[in-house]
Amino acid sequence: MAIELGHFALILAFAIAAISAVGGFALRPGGERLALVLSQAAVLQFVLVAVAFAVLIQAFVSSDFSLALAVNNSHSLKPLLFKISGVWGNHEGSMVLWILILVLFGALVAAFGRGLPPDLLSLVLATQSLLAAAFAGFTLFTSNPFARMVPAPLQGKDLNPVLQDIGLAIHPPLLYAGYVGFSICFSFAVAALISGRIDQAWARWVRPWTMLSWTFLTLGIAMGSYWAYYELGWGGWWFWDPVENASFMPWLAGTALLHSALVMEKRNALKIWTIFLSIITFSLSLLGTFLVRSGILTSVHTFAADPTRGLVILTLLAVVIGGAFTLFALRASTLRQGGLFAPVSREGALILNNLFLATAVGAILVGTLYPLVLDALGGTTISVGAPFFNLTFGALMSPLLLILPFGPLLAWKRADIVNAAQRLLGAGALAIFVTILVASLSGRSISLAPLGLLLGFWVAFGAVAELIDRGRIGRIPLRESVRRLVGLPRSAWSTAIAHFGVGVTVLGIVATSAWQSELVTTLNPGETAELSGYKVGFDEFAETPGPNYVAEQGHFTITAPSGDTRPLVAERRIYSASGMTTTEAAIGTYGFSQLYLQLGEPLDDTHVVRIWHKPYITLIWLGALLMAGAGLLSLSDRRQRIGAPRRAAKAVPEPAE
Amino acid sequence: MSWVRTLLLLCGLLLSLPAMAVGPDEILPDPALESRARDISAGLRCLVCQNQSIDDSDAELARDLRLLVRERLVAGDSDDAVRQFVVDRYGEYVLLAPRFGAHTLLLWAAGPLLLMIGLLGVWLAARAHRAAPQTAELTDEEAAALDQLRRPKVDQ
Repeated sequence: MAIELGHFALILAFAIAAISAVGGFALRPGGERLALVLSQAAVLQFVLVAVAFAVLIQAFVSSDFSLALAVNNSHSLKPLLFKISGVWGNHEGSMVLWILILVLFGALVAAFGRGLPPDLLSLVLATQSLLAAAFAGFTLFTSNPFARMVPAPLQGKDLNPVLQDIGLAIHPPLLYAGYVGFSICFSFAVAALISGRIDQAWARWVRPWTMLSWTFLTLGIAMGSYWAYYELGWGGWWFWDPVENASFMPWLAGTALLHSALVMEKRNALKIWTIFLSIITFSLSLLGTFLVRSGILTSVHTFAADPTRGLVILTLLAVVIGGAFTLFALRASTLRQGGLFAPVSREGALILNNLFLATAVGAILVGTLYPLVLDALGGTTISVGAPFFNLTFGALMSPLLLILPFGPLLAWKRADIVNAAQRLLGAGALAIFVTILVASLSGRSISLAPLGLLLGFWVAFGAVAELIDRGRIGRIPLRESVRRLVGLPRSAWSTAIAHFGVGVTVLGIVATSAWQSELVTTLNPGETAELSGYKVGFDEFAETPGPNYVAEQGHFTITAPSGDTRPLVAERRIYSASGMTTTEAAIGTYGFSQLYLQLGEPLDDTHVVRIWHKPYITLIWLGALLMAGAGLLSLSDRRQRIGAPRRAAKAVPEPAE
Repeated sequence: MSWVRTLLLLCGLLLSLPAMAVGPDEILPDPALESRARDISAGLRCLVCQNQSIDDSDAELARDLRLLVRERLVAGDSDDAVRQFVVDRYGEYVLLAPRFGAHTLLLWAAGPLLLMIGLLGVWLAARAHRAAPQTAELTDEEAAALDQLRRPKVDQ
């Protein structure tokens, strides 16, 4: 009964979304009343989809095996957390999560959008409802999560063991929040194109949503990367897999959008480009979520590739993306450009940023789709893998990283590049010095490592230099400097922290790629291996039962070069329901570096043990966390809040920028 | 269940086979040769996996390929000869970095080409922007707004 209620709630949400979309477009301009009705409908959609989602969770938690989805993806012995996350560890359930987040964002716009002009609000909500109707319809008609199984089996088939991890509980919701958040930018862009109203106020409304989505996407991708790193068992953290590319492209486009919306908000320039980016970013998000489900691309992340589903998905994508671009082609020329600026200016720097980011998106897209197209054209089947992407992406990002520290130091409209360079002199000199120091101390490395290090240090020190410059540290009394720094707008701190994070991530990538060491060996309990100064003692081998698996455990004692000793446990798990094996690596973190231990298969009478020393690898994710933190900080800036202009100014004085 | 099965099949039974990535029994005694083998392996695709190199893969076929690469190296082949040997057997699909040629021209040129198109676009937009008359007449809207501003305050 509850299952049918959930099903009915989703159908109702679909109907309301469809009516909102049709009504919203047909009745405009409908003024305040239309906006009010659409707002209420948006909240209602959210409540209904939330009910549907809650019903699925309840069915999984209570192991209701009359629900086909629960049979296929759950097991009564599974720990509670994995029962819940199992809801979205499959195609149908993840669709419901996707829609839930979509309507949540719609409801948030309705709740926080009171200050928007009613016509704009109506158009945004109508577009948002159109998306909700399309994807709820797709779910209901081709991938019904509420299908029953008669007769109900006594036990479920369990979830893929790789997915039985805290990662599944966190990674998809974050990633989807990022993907789907960009739908708001998309809806705002469509609304702007239809209404013809586009100005700085538009950019001010869109930017917080972009920032929020980008923050989620940053966290989602970083989390996914760390998950792959510790779960897949060989310490890789990025594979240029089609699905990773699909999540990375919206991130790059979203990063470009953040920066171009800034130009639009402050200077009323780059309007058409910003609208274009808003559409592209969400289109890429849709590609990210759905291309793999269409069966066209296959990857480790592939859900069921069902031909009918694939066709419907491709049609949906074509209609949504094609429709938006048709609208863009028809209406973009009516938008007037404003805000003149010299080539050397903050605007100019941000355009370069957008140029490189957009080119990177294009190159990754070409690389991801090229084998398909070539194959379809009857050419040879080729693979486009990590070597291609590393080269292309690296070549495009290097110049961007090189110019990055200049950006925040340049003035709007017309800037003095010599002056900016002078202010970065210290950062540049320090970066060169540290790079030479590190490169000479560390010895053997891959050829481009020093260049990568230099870029990383340059970006990180450049961000610090900007803060030093703004606080006039060393030029005025320290107390005065601190006062200035504390008084800086949060957006300034956010810029510096995010850019610092970029540098940190680059350093992590370079260090771990260049100086990683590896040892593959066989060990018996009682024996010791040594790698990069770490002594790895294999103490004991044991078989231990887990809730729904049996674990082969290797107990190790690691002695670091510093003398620090700690125990680590690496596991191989054999899951009883599926008979599948997963490896749970043992990871010891030493400062920013990690020792990664994997217990392999038994070989003759001994155990294969793989040990990696990954220097400074945590910087990769630490940098991403800094970027996401910077996004949140920026969102907390009073001036970024959506209702900000309407709120009475508090007593906190804002220093002039 | 079907998606789990698909995933399994597509991952080349990544999880259920006992063999793992490079095993201790595979490693060549000569570190120089081994290091070359690793470099070559990292650029060869595991044919039954998704986007995994044979160096990372646990699949049985990847192991066979790793052993093949080492065999050829021990036999005295150059790196390129080893790659060519594998390509002759399995097709160009096995190379993770596709070769430069007529069929991959667009792929390799995509990055630089897109960058140039972008630069051209920026240049054209900037020129059009500058060429636009800067003393353009006010639109009706702007004129109205200006009027509003000029109006004496008593009007409000």
